[in-house]
Amino acid sequence: MTITLNINGQARTIDADPEKPLLWALREDLGLRGTKFGCGAGLCGACTVHADGAAIRSCQTTIADAAAMKIVTIEAVATTDAGRRVADAWIALDVPQCGYCQAGQIMSATALLAATPHPGDEDIDGAMAGNLCRCSTYLRIRAAIRQAAGAGGAGA
Amino acid sequence: MPDIAIERRSFLKATLLAGGALAIDARVALAGTAGEAPVALNAFIRIAADNSITIGAKNPEIGQGVKTMLPMLIAEELDVDWAQVRIEQTHAAERLFGPQVAGGSRATPVNWLPMRRVGATARSLLVQAAARKWGVDPAGLATAGGVVTHEASGRTARYADLAADAAALPPIDPENVKLKDPAAFRIIGRSIGGVDVPAIVAGKPLYGIDVAMPGLLHAALEVCPVFGGTFRAGNLDEVRKMPGVRHVIVIKGNGQAESLYDGVAVLAESWWVADRARQALDLQWDTAGLEGFSTDGYAAEAAARMGAKPDAELARHGDVEAAFAAAARVVRADYSYPFLAHGTLEPQNCTALVKDGKVEIWAPTQNPEPGRKLVAEALGVPPEAIRINMTRSGGGFGRRLMNDYMVRAAAIAAQVPGTPVKLLYARTDDVRRDFYRPGGWHRFAAAIDGRGRLTGFKDHFITFGQDGKPIRSAQMSPFEFPAGCVPNLAYGQSLLATNLPTGWLRAPGSNALGFVFQSFLDEVAVAAGKTLPDLMIELLGEPRDLPWLPNAPALNTGRARGVIDKVCAMAGWGKGARLPEGRGRGFGFYFSHMGYFAEIVDVAVSAEGEARVAKVWVAGDVGSQIINPVNAINQVQGSVIEGLGYALSGQAITQVAGAVTQENFHDAPIPRIGDVPEIVVEWVITDNPPSGLGEPALPPVIPALANAIHAATGKRIRSLPITAEMLAG
Repeated sequence: MTITLNINGQARTIDADPEKPLLWALREDLGLRGTKFGCGAGLCGACTVHADGAAIRSCQTTIADAAAMKIVTIEAVATTDAGRRVADAWIALDVPQCGYCQAGQIMSATALLAATPHPGDEDIDGAMAGNLCRCSTYLRIRAAIRQAAGAGGAGA
Repeated sequence: MPDIAIERRSFLKATLLAGGALAIDARVALAGTAGEAPVALNAFIRIAADNSITIGAKNPEIGQGVKTMLPMLIAEELDVDWAQVRIEQTHAAERLFGPQVAGGSRATPVNWLPMRRVGATARSLLVQAAARKWGVDPAGLATAGGVVTHEASGRTARYADLAADAAALPPIDPENVKLKDPAAFRIIGRSIGGVDVPAIVAGKPLYGIDVAMPGLLHAALEVCPVFGGTFRAGNLDEVRKMPGVRHVIVIKGNGQAESLYDGVAVLAESWWVADRARQALDLQWDTAGLEGFSTDGYAAEAAARMGAKPDAELARHGDVEAAFAAAARVVRADYSYPFLAHGTLEPQNCTALVKDGKVEIWAPTQNPEPGRKLVAEALGVPPEAIRINMTRSGGGFGRRLMNDYMVRAAAIAAQVPGTPVKLLYARTDDVRRDFYRPGGWHRFAAAIDGRGRLTGFKDHFITFGQDGKPIRSAQMSPFEFPAGCVPNLAYGQSLLATNLPTGWLRAPGSNALGFVFQSFLDEVAVAAGKTLPDLMIELLGEPRDLPWLPNAPALNTGRARGVIDKVCAMAGWGKGARLPEGRGRGFGFYFSHMGYFAEIVDVAVSAEGEARVAKVWVAGDVGSQIINPVNAINQVQGSVIEGLGYALSGQAITQVAGAVTQENFHDAPIPRIGDVPEIVVEWVITDNPPSGLGEPALPPVIPALANAIHAATGKRIRSLPITAEMLAG
């Protein structure tokens, strides 16, 4: 059936099973492949996107449910103020190794800063606990979030 | 880099295979390509009319930073600005590019000189072209920023204006080209961000899983949960009728884990649809003779074999029994560690197109050439008919040294010729179809004499093997330290059978042996009234190379001493106030992949048995030059956290009735951000050729943690993973 989604500020209509996870609709139906598949079970955070500003796992969200929300993905997150600062900090501190988790990390970090502009270390660890980085770039993720928050980038 | 033209006229094979050196192709008739077309100076370098330089990155990028590092070496000697350089991943073609493997932390030692020579030969040709054009002595010409300058006259020419002439000059022997004095480096040694980082941050498609093309079908593949099981029958016709299913294909296996097992593939226009239909498959497998393998069975057999005579002797020095008979004190302990999975965050995947007798592959692989061979064998096509495009890999850690996903994607695609097929493993597939770091057991004994010296050492290593030989990544070297430093020493080995495919996990072998040897040596040190750094310094003795495996760089005791002294100074080892109750520090050293690392861990253990690492100090010696410092630190910190994860995150792959029981990150966990300590890294720069950093920082952190826990609690960690029950109370 056809479902209309609000993706990155645009109405996008696709023809798919309403039970299809948003992750696969983004990747397969809309060509937005920046959002990554890692576990399919909400355990790794690689598929994180924003739904009405909150970080959600797109592998656990059906397109039927997503149709009611404003979805923002990694491809557009840098158009927001917090997203731009996070992306810039990620580049400045050379955070990624393999980079595969980083879209999800950036989405979680941006949602954190949008809600808590000056997070402490516990806020950071709490907001980022659901995002795995197999290369373990966690020290730089913390430092980049601090830098994006304007709190200086010491650490890594 | 898609330079088909260069491939066609290539004559580089001999020189490339003899160590990755590069010849410039004298027959390149580039004068005819005037205009806007870029000029290729060799297989790695293209110069465009606007003087932008495209450099080929030949090795697979798995997060180790090689796509940035190798082009840095070329750009340095080519004398161009990093800002004018564009990097392209090359395809797999070793006759053009030399070795293309991401493994063994080898990219730096193998390519340090050859890649610099690639840049230097091209620069030399450009200088000669300018000298001819101006009728001047090349000695009076200088280069910088992609421009040749005649200092006497002030004349300048951009590389772009010289490239066609340069490409028509006779070739230069790369071995005879003068390389820069390191004091003149402008790119090497500078922190340069990963070339793909802006694209990663923008969510651009870079990885194997992101490959897309018109008409592509997605495949989900079911194989027997028991490794090696063969397909009997199943409800294939029923699944064929499910909505969206395009094909259900039976793959005939050849019994090789790294190639093909029997399987059933479901193809659809959506992977989600294919995978959902795959879950509706009800298949019968023949697993006769394979269901007897289990974790409990291995442990029982290892326990029974421990006390018996080893199957084989790996090493014997001096008179071991006499040393133990004369000992003032004997220390004995048994150690063990589990099988481990890799858990790359991007699950294994590959896209393949079989058409008109040719095969094209798009793969996140660490090792394309063995994959080409396996695909050729499995499909019965000549290796030359296979083109392998290397995508960025979402993590490697040794998993992608195997090419099972490539052969399987190709075998599926061969049944739908003309249609590109992308095979993707679900996470559970990825956990259950790995090539696991093998588990192992060690029975140690040490003889200490009346003066506190280690005079005898024994290890009975129980590992996995077949036909009298350890299987992949289950070996131990007869030269494993402290061999060569203890007068009376014996290493024995016994083999258990398994059906689990094994493979290389970051710092293979070392990631387990570092734990058991350095932890047991800490026990020896404590028994002798010393600390481990003191014992290590005593055992290492005068600076020299220890006896080692042929063709492998030996452990140099002086370099080992250098990092031990350094890390002790960094952490203030043995100085300062006593640590509070439940806190402790431990030390570990390990030499692997040409790198020397000594590490100290500071841990706090709660009454409930929770161990939290507060800080890690790392001293490393990887030779004379840290090529890209910002990435080097990232690699070391990542290695340290990964090693801590082996010990503290609850990682262990277990097996019941022949099948792996874990399925996803909840039961095959990896460290999370809250687990991560402060990690301080410093370098010991020595006059040795630069070596790699993907692996050698990992092994020593595990024993350093175990030894810190002993210092904090008095409890010895002799098996992994560490659990709260081991430490509580």
